Amino acid sequence: MTTEEIFNNLKAKFGEAILEAKLDVLQPWILIAPDRTREICLFMRDEQSMQFDYLMCLSGVDYNDGKLGAVYHLFSMIHKHKIVLKAWCTKENPHIQSVSSVWGTANWHEREAFDLIGILFDEHPDLRRMLLPYDWEGHPLRKDYKVPEFYNGMKVPY
Amino acid sequence: MIETKTLPTSYVTRPGEIKTSSGKTLRTDEMIINMGPQHPSTHGVLRLEIVVDGEIIVDAIPHIGYLHRCFEKHAEHMTNYQQVIPYCDRLDYVASMNNDHAYALAVERLMKIEVPERVEYIRVIMAELQRIASHLIAVGTFGIDAGAFTPFLYAFRDRERILDLFEMTCGARLLYNYIWVGGLSHDLPPSFVEKAKEFCSYFKPKLVEFNNLLTYNEIFVKRCANVGVLPKDVAINYGCSGPMLRGSGVDWDLRRDDPYSVYHKFEWDVVMGKGEMGAVGDTWDRHIVRMKEMEQSVKIIEQALAGIPDGNVQSAIPKRIRPEPGDAYVRTETPRGELGFYIISDGSATPYRVKARSPAFVNLSVVPEIARGAMLADLVLIVGSTDIVLGEVDR
Repeated sequence: MTTEEIFNNLKAKFGEAILEAKLDVLQPWILIAPDRTREICLFMRDEQSMQFDYLMCLSGVDYNDGKLGAVYHLFSMIHKHKIVLKAWCTKENPHIQSVSSVWGTANWHEREAFDLIGILFDEHPDLRRMLLPYDWEGHPLRKDYKVPEFYNGMKVPY
Repeated sequence: MIETKTLPTSYVTRPGEIKTSSGKTLRTDEMIINMGPQHPSTHGVLRLEIVVDGEIIVDAIPHIGYLHRCFEKHAEHMTNYQQVIPYCDRLDYVASMNNDHAYALAVERLMKIEVPERVEYIRVIMAELQRIASHLIAVGTFGIDAGAFTPFLYAFRDRERILDLFEMTCGARLLYNYIWVGGLSHDLPPSFVEKAKEFCSYFKPKLVEFNNLLTYNEIFVKRCANVGVLPKDVAINYGCSGPMLRGSGVDWDLRRDDPYSVYHKFEWDVVMGKGEMGAVGDTWDRHIVRMKEMEQSVKIIEQALAGIPDGNVQSAIPKRIRPEPGDAYVRTETPRGELGFYIISDGSATPYRVKARSPAFVNLSVVPEIARGAMLADLVLIVGSTDIVLGEVDR
Protein backbone atom coordinates (compact mmCIF):
# COMPACT_ATOMS: atom_id res chain seq x y z
CA MET A 1 0.00 0.00 0.00
CA THR A 2 1.18 3.51 -0.70
CA THR A 3 1.32 6.21 1.92
CA GLU A 4 -1.61 7.95 0.33
CA GLU A 5 -3.85 4.87 0.53
CA ILE A 6 -2.85 4.30 4.14
CA PHE A 7 -3.57 7.94 4.91
CA ASN A 8 -7.03 7.71 3.36
CA ASN A 9 -7.76 4.48 5.25
CA LEU A 10 -6.68 5.98 8.55
CA LYS A 11 -8.56 9.19 7.87
CA ALA A 12 -11.75 7.22 7.28
CA LYS A 13 -11.28 5.29 10.50
CA PHE A 14 -9.90 7.89 12.92
CA GLY A 15 -11.02 11.20 11.41
CA GLU A 16 -9.46 14.20 13.07
CA ALA A 17 -6.77 12.19 14.89
CA ILE A 18 -4.97 11.92 11.55
CA LEU A 19 -3.66 15.41 11.08
CA GLU A 20 -1.83 15.57 7.76
CA ALA A 21 0.23 13.64 5.23
CA LYS A 22 3.39 14.85 3.55
CA LEU A 23 3.74 12.94 0.31
CA ASP A 24 6.17 14.95 -1.83
CA VAL A 25 9.27 14.28 0.29
CA LEU A 26 11.99 11.61 0.17
CA GLN A 27 10.19 9.37 2.63
CA PRO A 28 6.51 10.32 2.92
CA TRP A 29 5.04 10.57 6.39
CA ILE A 30 1.73 10.93 8.22
CA LEU A 31 1.19 13.16 11.23
CA ILE A 32 -1.03 11.70 13.94
CA ALA A 33 -2.45 13.03 17.20
CA PRO A 34 -0.09 12.41 20.15
CA ASP A 35 -2.87 11.33 22.50
CA ARG A 36 -4.20 8.56 20.24
CA THR A 37 -1.02 6.90 18.96
CA ARG A 38 -1.66 3.57 20.69
CA GLU A 39 -5.09 3.14 19.20
CA ILE A 40 -3.90 4.08 15.70
CA CYS A 41 -0.80 1.88 15.87
CA LEU A 42 -2.78 -1.08 17.17
CA PHE A 43 -5.15 -0.72 14.24
CA MET A 44 -2.25 -0.50 11.80
CA ARG A 45 -0.67 -3.60 13.29
CA ASP A 46 -3.78 -5.75 13.20
CA GLU A 47 -5.66 -4.52 10.11
CA GLN A 48 -5.40 -7.18 7.39
CA SER A 49 -4.41 -4.84 4.59
CA MET A 50 -1.61 -3.14 6.56
CA GLN A 51 -0.18 -5.51 9.20
CA PHE A 52 2.69 -3.32 10.32
CA ASP A 53 4.14 -5.92 12.66
CA TYR A 54 7.67 -4.57 12.80
CA LEU A 55 8.67 -1.26 14.39
CA MET A 56 12.00 -0.49 12.75
CA CYS A 57 12.86 2.62 14.67
CA LEU A 58 11.37 5.11 17.08
CA SER A 59 13.24 8.40 17.36
CA GLY A 60 12.68 11.40 19.55
CA VAL A 61 13.36 14.75 17.93
CA ASP A 62 13.57 18.32 19.22
CA TYR A 63 12.43 20.56 16.36
CA ASN A 64 13.72 23.70 18.09
CA ASP A 65 10.51 25.67 17.66
CA GLY A 66 8.90 24.72 20.95
CA LYS A 67 7.94 21.36 19.50
CA LEU A 68 9.11 17.83 20.30
CA GLY A 69 8.28 14.80 18.24
CA ALA A 70 8.40 11.05 18.05
CA VAL A 71 9.03 9.48 14.66
CA TYR A 72 7.88 5.91 14.05
CA HIS A 73 9.31 3.91 11.17
CA LEU A 74 7.03 0.95 10.57
CA PHE A 75 7.43 -2.02 8.33
CA SER A 76 5.26 -4.99 7.47
CA MET A 77 7.00 -8.34 7.24
CA ILE A 78 3.95 -9.73 5.45
CA HIS A 79 3.17 -7.06 2.86
CA LYS A 80 6.72 -5.64 2.73
CA HIS A 81 5.64 -2.02 2.82
CA LYS A 82 6.86 0.84 4.95
CA ILE A 83 5.38 3.92 6.50
CA VAL A 84 6.61 6.81 8.63
CA LEU A 85 4.39 8.21 11.37
CA LYS A 86 5.08 11.34 13.34
CA ALA A 87 3.49 12.63 16.53
CA TRP A 88 4.24 16.09 17.82
CA CYS A 89 3.85 17.63 21.24
CA THR A 90 4.89 20.90 22.82
CA LYS A 91 7.88 21.42 25.10
CA GLU A 92 5.64 22.68 27.89
CA ASN A 93 3.42 19.64 27.74
CA PRO A 94 5.59 16.84 26.33
CA HIS A 95 3.10 13.99 26.46
CA ILE A 96 2.72 11.28 23.81
CA GLN A 97 0.84 8.06 24.29
CA SER A 98 3.07 5.01 24.58
CA VAL A 99 2.94 2.24 21.96
CA SER A 100 4.92 -0.28 24.01
CA SER A 101 1.84 -2.45 24.36
CA VAL A 102 1.66 -2.69 20.56
CA TRP A 103 5.32 -3.48 19.84
CA GLY A 104 7.59 -4.79 22.58
CA THR A 105 10.57 -3.04 21.09
CA ALA A 106 8.95 0.37 21.63
CA ASN A 107 9.50 -0.03 25.37
CA TRP A 108 13.24 0.62 25.19
CA HIS A 109 13.06 3.08 22.32
CA GLU A 110 10.59 5.19 24.27
CA ARG A 111 12.72 5.05 27.37
CA GLU A 112 15.62 6.30 25.30
CA ALA A 113 13.56 9.12 23.81
CA PHE A 114 12.42 10.08 27.31
CA ASP A 115 16.01 9.98 28.54
CA LEU A 116 17.60 12.05 25.80
CA ILE A 117 14.77 14.29 24.57
CA GLY A 118 12.41 14.37 27.53
CA ILE A 119 9.20 13.17 25.94
CA LEU A 120 6.86 11.67 28.53
CA PHE A 121 5.21 8.57 27.13
CA ASP A 122 1.87 8.12 28.85
CA GLU A 123 0.90 4.63 29.99
CA HIS A 124 4.47 3.38 29.53
CA PRO A 125 5.01 0.48 31.99
CA ASP A 126 8.51 1.46 33.09
CA LEU A 127 9.56 4.97 32.08
CA ARG A 128 13.05 5.18 33.58
CA ARG A 129 16.20 6.66 32.12
CA MET A 130 17.86 4.31 29.69
CA LEU A 131 21.43 5.45 28.98
CA LEU A 132 22.16 8.22 31.48
CA PRO A 133 22.46 7.81 35.26
CA TYR A 134 19.15 7.95 37.13
CA ASP A 135 20.14 11.17 38.89
CA TRP A 136 21.06 13.05 35.73
CA GLU A 137 19.31 16.37 35.27
CA GLY A 138 17.91 17.53 31.95
CA HIS A 139 17.66 15.91 28.56
CA PRO A 140 20.87 16.30 26.54
CA LEU A 141 19.53 16.08 23.00
CA ARG A 142 17.25 19.06 23.48
CA LYS A 143 18.59 21.96 21.48
CA ASP A 144 18.47 24.31 24.48
CA TYR A 145 20.36 21.91 26.75
CA LYS A 146 23.22 23.42 28.74
CA VAL A 147 26.02 21.08 29.79
CA PRO A 148 25.99 21.14 33.61
CA GLU A 149 29.02 22.56 35.37
CA PHE A 150 28.84 20.04 38.19
CA TYR A 151 27.63 16.47 38.43
CA ASN A 152 27.13 15.21 41.99
CA GLY A 153 29.53 17.88 43.26
CA MET A 154 32.25 16.95 40.76
CA LYS A 155 33.36 19.51 38.22
CA VAL A 156 32.71 18.43 34.64
CA PRO A 157 36.04 19.03 32.88
CA TYR A 158 35.03 20.90 29.71
CA MET B 1 23.76 -36.32 13.20
CA ILE B 2 23.59 -36.35 16.95
CA GLU B 3 20.22 -36.79 18.55
CA THR B 4 19.28 -34.76 21.55
CA LYS B 5 16.58 -35.43 24.04
CA THR B 6 13.74 -32.94 23.97
CA LEU B 7 13.82 -31.03 27.20
CA PRO B 8 11.12 -28.80 28.61
CA THR B 9 11.94 -25.25 27.64
CA SER B 10 10.62 -23.73 30.82
CA TYR B 11 11.20 -24.85 34.36
CA VAL B 12 8.84 -22.45 36.08
CA THR B 13 7.69 -23.39 39.55
CA ARG B 14 5.93 -21.11 41.93
CA PRO B 15 7.03 -20.43 45.50
CA GLY B 16 5.38 -22.91 47.84
CA GLU B 17 5.11 -25.67 45.28
CA ILE B 18 8.16 -27.63 46.33
CA LYS B 19 7.26 -30.56 48.62
CA THR B 20 9.59 -32.26 51.07
CA SER B 21 9.74 -36.06 51.34
CA SER B 22 7.35 -35.98 54.29
CA GLY B 23 4.78 -34.11 52.20
CA LYS B 24 5.12 -30.64 53.70
CA THR B 25 5.31 -27.67 51.38
CA LEU B 26 8.64 -25.93 51.47
CA ARG B 27 8.56 -22.16 51.44
CA THR B 28 10.90 -20.62 48.88
CA ASP B 29 11.95 -17.03 48.56
CA GLU B 30 13.01 -14.84 45.71
CA MET B 31 16.50 -13.43 45.71
CA ILE B 32 17.99 -10.58 43.71
CA ILE B 33 21.50 -11.01 42.37
CA ASN B 34 23.65 -8.88 40.16
CA MET B 35 25.47 -10.02 37.06
CA GLY B 36 27.94 -7.45 35.83
CA PRO B 37 28.87 -4.79 34.92
CA GLN B 38 32.30 -6.39 35.24
CA HIS B 39 31.24 -9.99 34.71
CA PRO B 40 33.56 -11.56 32.13
CA SER B 41 30.79 -13.32 30.27
CA THR B 42 28.58 -10.30 29.70
CA HIS B 43 30.61 -9.28 26.63
CA GLY B 44 31.23 -5.80 27.94
CA VAL B 45 29.86 -3.58 30.64
CA LEU B 46 26.33 -4.87 30.88
CA ARG B 47 24.65 -5.18 34.24
CA LEU B 48 21.82 -7.63 34.67
CA GLU B 49 19.68 -7.46 37.76
CA ILE B 50 18.35 -10.97 38.17
CA VAL B 51 15.48 -12.09 40.38
CA VAL B 52 15.83 -15.79 41.04
CA ASP B 53 13.73 -18.35 42.80
CA GLY B 54 16.26 -21.02 43.57
CA GLU B 55 17.98 -21.64 40.24
CA ILE B 56 15.10 -20.37 38.17
CA ILE B 57 15.03 -16.86 36.77
CA VAL B 58 11.88 -14.96 37.63
CA ASP B 59 13.02 -11.76 35.97
CA ALA B 60 16.16 -10.33 34.41
CA ILE B 61 16.43 -6.57 34.08
CA PRO B 62 19.28 -5.21 31.95
CA HIS B 63 20.86 -1.94 33.05
CA ILE B 64 22.83 -0.32 30.28
CA GLY B 65 24.58 2.97 29.69
CA TYR B 66 27.98 2.22 31.21
CA LEU B 67 29.57 2.81 27.83
CA HIS B 68 27.43 5.76 26.73
CA ARG B 69 29.63 8.02 24.62
CA CYS B 70 27.04 10.55 23.44
CA PHE B 71 27.30 9.54 19.77
CA GLU B 72 24.12 11.34 18.81
CA LYS B 73 25.09 14.51 20.67
CA HIS B 74 28.55 14.48 19.10
CA ALA B 75 27.11 13.98 15.63
CA GLU B 76 25.04 17.15 16.00
CA HIS B 77 28.11 19.16 16.92
CA MET B 78 30.52 18.23 14.16
CA THR B 79 31.43 20.79 11.51
CA ASN B 80 30.43 18.50 8.65
CA TYR B 81 28.88 15.15 7.80
CA GLN B 82 32.15 13.34 7.06
CA GLN B 83 33.42 13.98 10.58
CA VAL B 84 30.75 11.72 12.03
CA ILE B 85 32.22 8.64 10.34
CA PRO B 86 35.03 8.02 12.88
CA TYR B 87 32.35 8.07 15.56
CA CYS B 88 30.33 5.51 13.60
CA ASP B 89 33.42 3.30 13.63
CA ARG B 90 33.22 3.25 17.38
CA LEU B 91 29.58 2.24 17.62
CA ASP B 92 30.04 -1.44 16.95
CA TYR B 93 33.78 -1.67 17.26
CA VAL B 94 34.06 -5.21 15.95
CA ALA B 95 32.13 -4.39 12.76
CA SER B 96 33.22 -0.85 11.92
CA MET B 97 33.03 -1.26 8.15
CA ASN B 98 29.34 -2.11 8.34
CA ASN B 99 28.60 0.93 10.49
CA ASP B 100 30.39 3.30 8.12
CA HIS B 101 28.58 1.72 5.21
CA ALA B 102 25.19 2.33 6.81
CA TYR B 103 25.95 5.94 7.65
CA ALA B 104 27.42 6.67 4.21
CA LEU B 105 24.35 5.17 2.54
CA ALA B 106 22.03 7.29 4.68
CA VAL B 107 23.79 10.54 3.82
CA GLU B 108 24.00 9.54 0.15
CA ARG B 109 20.25 8.94 0.17
CA LEU B 110 19.70 12.43 1.58
CA MET B 111 22.10 13.96 -0.94
CA LYS B 112 20.82 11.76 -3.79
CA ILE B 113 24.39 10.83 -4.75
CA GLU B 114 25.06 7.94 -7.10
CA VAL B 115 28.40 6.36 -6.28
CA PRO B 116 30.52 4.55 -8.88
CA GLU B 117 30.00 0.82 -9.11
CA ARG B 118 33.59 0.06 -8.14
CA VAL B 119 33.02 1.82 -4.83
CA GLU B 120 29.94 -0.30 -4.10
CA TYR B 121 31.78 -3.50 -4.98
CA ILE B 122 34.64 -2.65 -2.66
CA ARG B 123 32.18 -1.68 0.07
CA VAL B 124 30.42 -5.02 -0.24
CA ILE B 125 33.72 -6.91 -0.12
CA MET B 126 34.74 -5.01 2.99
CA ALA B 127 31.34 -5.39 4.64
CA GLU B 128 31.32 -9.15 4.06
CA LEU B 129 34.90 -9.59 5.25
CA GLN B 130 33.92 -7.63 8.32
CA ARG B 131 30.85 -9.82 8.79
CA ILE B 132 33.06 -12.89 8.86
CA ALA B 133 35.44 -11.24 11.33
CA SER B 134 32.56 -10.22 13.56
CA HIS B 135 30.86 -13.62 13.42
CA LEU B 136 34.17 -15.27 14.29
CA ILE B 137 34.26 -13.26 17.49
CA ALA B 138 30.60 -14.10 18.13
CA VAL B 139 30.96 -17.85 17.74
CA GLY B 140 34.33 -17.89 19.49
CA THR B 141 33.09 -16.10 22.58
CA PHE B 142 29.88 -18.09 22.49
CA GLY B 143 32.05 -21.19 22.76
CA ILE B 144 33.67 -19.70 25.85
CA ASP B 145 30.23 -19.03 27.32
CA ALA B 146 29.39 -22.67 26.79
CA GLY B 147 32.63 -23.77 28.39
CA ALA B 148 34.79 -24.41 25.33
CA PHE B 149 37.89 -22.25 25.26
CA THR B 150 39.86 -23.72 22.36
CA PRO B 151 37.56 -22.73 19.44
CA PHE B 152 37.99 -19.10 20.51
CA LEU B 153 41.69 -19.29 19.61
CA TYR B 154 40.91 -20.86 16.24
CA ALA B 155 38.42 -18.07 15.55
CA PHE B 156 40.88 -15.34 16.41
CA ARG B 157 43.59 -16.93 14.30
CA ASP B 158 41.39 -16.65 11.21
CA ARG B 159 40.15 -13.20 12.14
CA GLU B 160 43.75 -11.99 12.12
CA ARG B 161 43.94 -12.74 8.41
CA ILE B 162 40.97 -10.49 7.73
CA LEU B 163 42.41 -7.71 9.85
CA ASP B 164 45.63 -8.04 7.85
CA LEU B 165 43.63 -7.44 4.68
CA PHE B 166 42.05 -4.34 6.21
CA GLU B 167 45.41 -3.08 7.40
CA MET B 168 46.77 -3.52 3.92
CA THR B 169 43.89 -1.48 2.50
CA CYS B 170 43.59 1.46 4.87
CA GLY B 171 46.26 1.13 7.52
CA ALA B 172 43.93 0.41 10.43
CA ARG B 173 43.03 -2.91 12.00
CA LEU B 174 39.96 -2.05 14.06
CA LEU B 175 38.59 1.43 13.40
CA TYR B 176 38.98 2.18 9.72
CA ASN B 177 37.34 5.46 8.67
CA TYR B 178 37.49 3.82 5.25
CA ILE B 179 34.01 4.18 3.78
CA TRP B 180 33.29 7.85 3.19
CA VAL B 181 30.19 9.63 2.01
CA GLY B 182 30.33 9.23 -1.77
CA GLY B 183 33.44 7.08 -1.91
CA LEU B 184 36.33 5.52 -0.06
CA SER B 185 39.43 6.87 1.60
CA HIS B 186 41.76 4.70 -0.51
CA ASP B 187 41.51 2.53 -3.55
CA LEU B 188 42.40 -1.14 -3.13
CA PRO B 189 46.13 -1.87 -3.02
CA PRO B 190 47.40 -3.76 -6.12
CA SER B 191 47.68 -7.21 -4.53
CA PHE B 192 44.42 -7.03 -2.60
CA VAL B 193 42.24 -9.06 -4.96
CA GLU B 194 44.76 -11.86 -5.06
CA LYS B 195 45.23 -11.87 -1.28
CA ALA B 196 41.49 -11.82 -0.67
CA LYS B 197 40.99 -14.77 -3.01
CA GLU B 198 43.73 -16.57 -1.13
CA PHE B 199 41.89 -15.88 2.09
CA CYS B 200 38.64 -17.28 0.71
CA SER B 201 40.23 -20.55 -0.28
CA TYR B 202 42.06 -20.70 3.04
CA PHE B 203 38.93 -20.00 5.07
CA LYS B 204 36.48 -22.49 3.60
CA PRO B 205 38.13 -25.63 5.04
CA LYS B 206 38.61 -23.78 8.33
CA LEU B 207 34.84 -23.44 8.63
CA VAL B 208 34.48 -27.20 8.36
CA GLU B 209 37.17 -27.59 10.98
CA PHE B 210 35.39 -25.14 13.28
CA ASN B 211 32.10 -26.95 12.84
CA ASN B 212 33.70 -30.24 13.77
CA LEU B 213 35.41 -28.67 16.72
CA LEU B 214 32.48 -26.82 18.20
CA THR B 215 29.16 -26.73 16.35
CA TYR B 216 28.55 -30.49 16.16
CA ASN B 217 30.40 -31.33 19.34
CA GLU B 218 28.06 -33.48 21.38
CA ILE B 219 28.65 -31.67 24.66
CA PHE B 220 28.14 -28.29 23.01
CA VAL B 221 24.95 -29.42 21.28
CA LYS B 222 23.50 -30.78 24.51
CA ARG B 223 24.41 -27.57 26.30
CA CYS B 224 22.81 -25.28 23.72
CA ALA B 225 19.83 -27.15 22.29
CA ASN B 226 16.47 -26.09 23.71
CA VAL B 227 18.04 -23.32 25.74
CA GLY B 228 16.77 -19.77 25.37
CA VAL B 229 14.07 -20.45 22.83
CA LEU B 230 12.88 -17.28 21.11
CA PRO B 231 9.56 -17.81 19.29
CA LYS B 232 9.05 -16.24 15.89
CA ASP B 233 6.24 -13.85 16.79
CA VAL B 234 8.04 -12.57 19.89
CA ALA B 235 11.16 -11.97 17.82
CA ILE B 236 9.23 -9.87 15.31
CA ASN B 237 7.27 -8.00 17.97
CA TYR B 238 10.49 -7.10 19.77
CA GLY B 239 12.08 -5.89 16.55
CA CYS B 240 14.86 -8.48 16.59
CA SER B 241 16.97 -8.67 13.50
CA GLY B 242 19.98 -10.42 12.05
CA PRO B 243 20.90 -13.91 13.28
CA MET B 244 18.51 -13.46 16.23
CA LEU B 245 15.56 -13.21 13.86
CA ARG B 246 16.79 -15.79 11.36
CA GLY B 247 17.63 -18.17 14.17
CA SER B 248 13.94 -18.13 15.08
CA GLY B 249 13.06 -19.36 11.61
CA VAL B 250 12.13 -16.07 9.95
CA ASP B 251 13.27 -15.95 6.33
CA TRP B 252 14.48 -12.39 6.38
CA ASP B 253 17.63 -10.61 5.34
CA LEU B 254 17.81 -6.95 4.42
CA ARG B 255 20.53 -7.64 1.86
CA ARG B 256 17.99 -9.62 -0.12
CA ASP B 257 14.63 -8.22 0.98
CA ASP B 258 15.37 -4.50 1.09
CA PRO B 259 18.41 -4.48 -1.18
CA TYR B 260 21.00 -1.74 -0.95
CA SER B 261 24.42 -1.33 -2.52
CA VAL B 262 25.04 -4.07 -5.14
CA TYR B 263 23.85 -7.10 -3.20
CA HIS B 264 21.18 -7.85 -5.79
CA LYS B 265 23.91 -8.84 -8.25
CA PHE B 266 25.15 -11.82 -6.27
CA GLU B 267 23.89 -15.35 -5.79
CA TRP B 268 23.66 -16.45 -2.19
CA ASP B 269 21.23 -17.95 0.28
CA VAL B 270 19.58 -16.60 3.39
CA VAL B 271 20.22 -19.02 6.24
CA MET B 272 17.71 -19.60 8.99
CA GLY B 273 17.34 -21.77 12.04
CA LYS B 274 15.47 -25.01 11.47
CA GLY B 275 15.54 -26.48 14.96
CA GLU B 276 17.88 -29.29 13.93
CA MET B 277 18.96 -30.03 17.49
CA GLY B 278 15.96 -28.89 19.49
CA ALA B 279 13.27 -26.25 19.27
CA VAL B 280 13.41 -23.63 16.52
CA GLY B 281 14.98 -20.44 17.86
CA ASP B 282 17.21 -21.90 20.56
CA THR B 283 20.76 -20.78 21.16
CA TRP B 284 22.16 -23.52 18.95
CA ASP B 285 20.08 -22.27 16.02
CA ARG B 286 21.47 -18.78 16.43
CA HIS B 287 24.95 -20.25 16.48
CA ILE B 288 24.48 -22.32 13.32
CA VAL B 289 23.00 -19.32 11.50
CA ARG B 290 26.23 -17.41 12.17
CA MET B 291 28.34 -20.34 11.04
CA LYS B 292 26.44 -20.76 7.79
CA GLU B 293 26.32 -17.03 7.16
CA MET B 294 30.09 -16.94 7.07
CA GLU B 295 29.96 -19.51 4.31
CA GLN B 296 27.54 -17.31 2.37
CA SER B 297 29.70 -14.24 2.94
CA VAL B 298 32.64 -16.06 1.38
CA LYS B 299 30.40 -16.79 -1.60
CA ILE B 300 29.52 -13.10 -1.97
CA ILE B 301 33.15 -12.02 -1.61
CA GLU B 302 34.29 -14.44 -4.30
CA GLN B 303 31.67 -13.19 -6.75
CA ALA B 304 32.44 -9.56 -5.96
CA LEU B 305 36.17 -10.10 -6.38
CA ALA B 306 35.58 -11.72 -9.74
CA GLY B 307 33.34 -8.94 -11.03
CA ILE B 308 34.95 -5.84 -9.61
CA PRO B 309 34.86 -3.06 -12.22
CA ASP B 310 37.42 -0.32 -12.82
CA GLY B 311 36.87 3.25 -11.82
CA ASN B 312 37.86 6.11 -9.59
CA VAL B 313 36.79 5.57 -5.98
CA GLN B 314 36.84 9.26 -5.07
CA SER B 315 35.14 10.82 -8.06
CA ALA B 316 31.72 11.05 -6.39
CA ILE B 317 32.87 12.47 -3.05
CA PRO B 318 31.08 15.80 -2.74
CA LYS B 319 33.14 18.90 -1.98
CA ARG B 320 30.49 20.25 0.34
CA ILE B 321 27.88 18.11 1.97
CA ARG B 322 24.75 20.18 2.47
CA PRO B 323 21.72 17.98 1.95
CA GLU B 324 18.41 19.66 1.33
CA PRO B 325 16.15 19.95 4.38
CA GLY B 326 14.44 16.66 4.98
CA ASP B 327 14.83 13.35 6.74
CA ALA B 328 15.62 9.79 5.79
CA TYR B 329 15.85 6.45 7.53
CA VAL B 330 18.20 3.98 5.86
CA ARG B 331 18.77 0.48 7.16
CA THR B 332 21.41 -2.09 6.40
CA GLU B 333 22.21 -5.59 7.52
CA THR B 334 25.20 -5.63 9.84
CA PRO B 335 26.48 -8.82 11.51
CA ARG B 336 24.11 -8.11 14.40
CA GLY B 337 21.08 -7.18 12.38
CA GLU B 338 19.33 -4.07 11.19
CA LEU B 339 21.46 -1.00 11.68
CA GLY B 340 19.49 2.07 10.69
CA PHE B 341 20.41 5.71 10.64
CA TYR B 342 17.66 8.27 10.88
CA ILE B 343 19.16 11.55 9.78
CA ILE B 344 17.39 14.91 9.74
CA SER B 345 18.98 17.65 7.71
CA ASP B 346 18.13 21.33 8.09
CA GLY B 347 20.12 22.34 5.03
CA SER B 348 23.27 23.23 6.93
CA ALA B 349 26.64 21.47 6.87
CA THR B 350 25.99 19.54 10.10
CA PRO B 351 23.28 16.95 10.67
CA TYR B 352 20.37 18.33 12.67
CA ARG B 353 19.66 14.99 14.30
CA VAL B 354 21.25 11.57 13.89
CA LYS B 355 19.58 8.61 15.48
CA ALA B 356 21.35 5.29 15.32
CA ARG B 357 18.97 2.36 15.56
CA SER B 358 21.41 -0.24 16.72
CA PRO B 359 20.56 -3.92 16.37
CA ALA B 360 22.34 -4.93 19.56
CA PHE B 361 20.23 -2.47 21.59
CA VAL B 362 17.01 -3.90 20.22
CA ASN B 363 18.16 -7.52 20.41
CA LEU B 364 19.11 -7.04 24.05
CA SER B 365 15.64 -5.79 24.89
CA VAL B 366 14.20 -9.25 24.23
CA VAL B 367 16.57 -10.98 26.67
CA PRO B 368 14.27 -10.58 29.73
CA GLU B 369 11.51 -12.17 27.67
CA ILE B 370 13.64 -15.25 26.86
CA ALA B 371 15.27 -15.47 30.26
CA ARG B 372 12.09 -15.69 32.33
CA GLY B 373 11.69 -19.28 33.47
CA ALA B 374 15.13 -20.37 32.35
CA MET B 375 17.88 -21.70 34.62
CA LEU B 376 20.37 -19.19 35.96
CA ALA B 377 23.31 -20.96 34.32
CA ASP B 378 21.59 -20.67 30.94
CA LEU B 379 21.47 -16.89 31.13
CA VAL B 380 25.14 -16.68 30.21
CA LEU B 381 24.38 -18.67 27.08
CA ILE B 382 21.33 -16.60 26.24
CA VAL B 383 23.23 -13.32 26.51
CA GLY B 384 26.13 -14.85 24.57
CA SER B 385 23.89 -16.02 21.77
CA THR B 386 22.39 -12.56 21.25
CA ASP B 387 25.91 -11.39 20.37
CA ILE B 388 25.67 -7.91 21.81
CA VAL B 389 28.41 -5.34 21.56
CA LEU B 390 28.00 -2.85 24.34
CA GLY B 391 29.59 -0.08 22.33
CA GLU B 392 26.59 -0.26 20.08
CA VAL B 393 24.01 -0.82 22.80
CA ASP B 394 25.05 2.31 24.66
CA ARG B 395 26.30 4.38 21.73
